[in-house]
Amino acid sequence: MQELVVPLNHVLLVSTLLFCIGMLGLMIRRNIIFILMSLEVMLNASALAFIAAGAHWGQPDGQVMFMLILSVAAAEVAVGLGLVLQVQRRFKTLDMDDADRMRG
Amino acid sequence: MLEVVLFYIASAVALLATILAMTRANAIHALIYLIISLLAVAVIFFLIGAPFAAALEIVIYAGAIMVLFVFVIMMLNLGERGDARERQWLQPKIWFGPAILSAVLLAEIVYLMGTVQGPATVGIVTPKAVGLALFGPYVVAVELAAMLLLAGLVGSYHLGRRALERRH
Repeated sequence: MQELVVPLNHVLLVSTLLFCIGMLGLMIRRNIIFILMSLEVMLNASALAFIAAGAHWGQPDGQVMFMLILSVAAAEVAVGLGLVLQVQRRFKTLDMDDADRMRG
Repeated sequence: MLEVVLFYIASAVALLATILAMTRANAIHALIYLIISLLAVAVIFFLIGAPFAAALEIVIYAGAIMVLFVFVIMMLNLGERGDARERQWLQPKIWFGPAILSAVLLAEIVYLMGTVQGPATVGIVTPKAVGLALFGPYVVAVELAAMLLLAGLVGSYHLGRRALERRH
């Protein structure tokens, strides 16, 4: 097994903290742009955990997962920002508490 | 053991920048801090032996995705008040914090480039191994990612086109 110079536990701790900050931001902020940014932070934190684990065991699987997360993030942010434009046009606001009713 | 110190500095920058990004009132200011956070995570990738992932992080995350955010925020802020607001955004006290954080990251990278052997990780996972894994056992995942990106492309085109047409 190939060892990292940096302890794996500490990388995972940083990744967990980043994920928690992103989740707190997701729960606290009500602006949809900030909600999307928090989602990016959370995806990025999980990617950091994958890369750290892949580097710890010297396997390429971690970076493969990183690339899949990257494509998920790109697709998610493209659709999400399209939705931002729609919400702004329909509700004239970016506050998600004003746009919490579904039609139907 | 120097890598460990550099890792802690980069982690501190990443956490600080993320907290600052989540607590800004202005979306553009938050975006600047978020870019710093992504760059710090890229430095961490470099330090733990994944230089290719670090490059991808900078090019795709901090480059392409953040540019999408900037585009949308600028589209939402159209109007005659926009100029005055943008001039206000460029005040020194606004870019001072991000400049310091990114200077720390730049110093780390310059120092790492100065050392001859680069980061002393034992097992750097090379891009070749990643490519072999991607198109070997993970080829179905690559196809799924392609379909997901196509769906994202079609969906965002549909949503964005409606928004732009009705504005005029």
